[in-house]
Amino acid sequence: MNPITDIAPQLFRGFGTTVTILIASAIFSYIMAFIAGLCRLSKNTFLRKFTGLYIEIFRGTSLIVQLFWLYYAIPILFDIDLPSNWIIGVIAIGLNYGAYLSEVVRGSILSIAPGQSEAATALNMSSFQRMRFVIFPQAIRMMMPEFGNYTIQMLKGTALVSLIGLRDVFYYGDIMRSTNLAHAPLIYVVVLIFYFILALPLIFLTRKAESIAKKGVAN
Amino acid sequence: MAEPIVRYQDVHKSFGDVEVLKGIDLDIFPAEKVAIIGPSGSGKTTIIRMLMTLEEPTSGDIIVDGTNLWKMEKNGRMTEANEKHLRSVRGDIGMVFQHFNLFPHMTILENCMTAPIRVKGEDKQEVEQRSIEMLERVGLGDKIHNYPSQLSGGQKQRVAMARALVMRPKIMLFDEVTSALDPELVGEVLEVIRDIAKNDDMAMVLVTHEMDFALDIADKVLFLDEGVIAEQGSASDVIEHSQNERLQEFLSRFRG
Repeated sequence: MNPITDIAPQLFRGFGTTVTILIASAIFSYIMAFIAGLCRLSKNTFLRKFTGLYIEIFRGTSLIVQLFWLYYAIPILFDIDLPSNWIIGVIAIGLNYGAYLSEVVRGSILSIAPGQSEAATALNMSSFQRMRFVIFPQAIRMMMPEFGNYTIQMLKGTALVSLIGLRDVFYYGDIMRSTNLAHAPLIYVVVLIFYFILALPLIFLTRKAESIAKKGVAN
Repeated sequence: MAEPIVRYQDVHKSFGDVEVLKGIDLDIFPAEKVAIIGPSGSGKTTIIRMLMTLEEPTSGDIIVDGTNLWKMEKNGRMTEANEKHLRSVRGDIGMVFQHFNLFPHMTILENCMTAPIRVKGEDKQEVEQRSIEMLERVGLGDKIHNYPSQLSGGQKQRVAMARALVMRPKIMLFDEVTSALDPELVGEVLEVIRDIAKNDDMAMVLVTHEMDFALDIADKVLFLDEGVIAEQGSASDVIEHSQNERLQEFLSRFRG
């Protein structure tokens, strides 16, 4: 079995699913991260507690169980039709990583020195303006490396969607392995290389983000 | 005599169980230069931080230009001020901090321009010109596109002063602005303050440990001790004629 002519084309059939799931769940998790991260800093106690509950539940339980819950349990409990598996995968991964990333958002905002906010107050900025012009632009820089790290993890997490019937890179690798058991080592090596190649641009971007984050922040 | 631009009336401030200020009464007049001196922990900084709305008084009133800063009238009753009220009153007040607090993600020109444009809604070209003039005035005309991290402490503090001045405050607060500087950089910052004190007609309140400097430029000196204004008057009154023992002891530490 030739890794380039036999295995790679098969795996490549799942390439689109892996990449679209990654991009969609990354975007969804970023949105969740900012919403939940800011809610955690809100003055509203209910909002803070409620978001805290979301974060702890999704951080404290396993992604695969969450995925199965959405896929198997929710339709039975609430008697609803499932949206596509693709959407379920995106929601599960997005909610899970959104919970982790919201703590990154919250931590970065809190790490900006209080003097920054005070200087903005002394320039008569409103609380929104302080966030918009002073705190947030600095916090974003601090968040970027962690966002990069979690996005790489998310890429690897997407392999779980093969368990709810989505045909991603891992799914096609697994199918090949089941029909060519003797070639399992080679097939999985090519699968690993596939994920590594997908991760390379993310690794590069994370490095870049780290160097940007190093300058231009007061703390 | 003119009406005071700031009036403190029996202002108290506690942090937890510790009462830092125990009844401050103080008038600051337009264009008056006030120096606040006193031992560490006597509450000097807290006095001006309350005026900048960074700390809320525990009790008492601070009146700015006839308006109560921390209280507002609502349905005929006085209630705690909301942010809108605070913003409407503190617009005439500017502050320079011990640790500069420049915005590190902006060039020094952007540091100066952001608030006049975003907060006061002024014309960008006009603000840019004014900011450049102000940065030239503090001797940093050649650094306007640099970032704060590229400047020395003294230069940072001069930018912080330019940034506050571009807002055209009627009252400028200086919170131990030379305390975080290396000794050889103190002079350049004091020169700028001296220049502002001489040429601008805003009121200035300086919390400082630079005793000789304070006495030189101040119209009025306050000696704060254990949360009360223990002595106040012109520089010469306070320094030369005061009978206050704690003040004498405090001053003697600066004379060696």
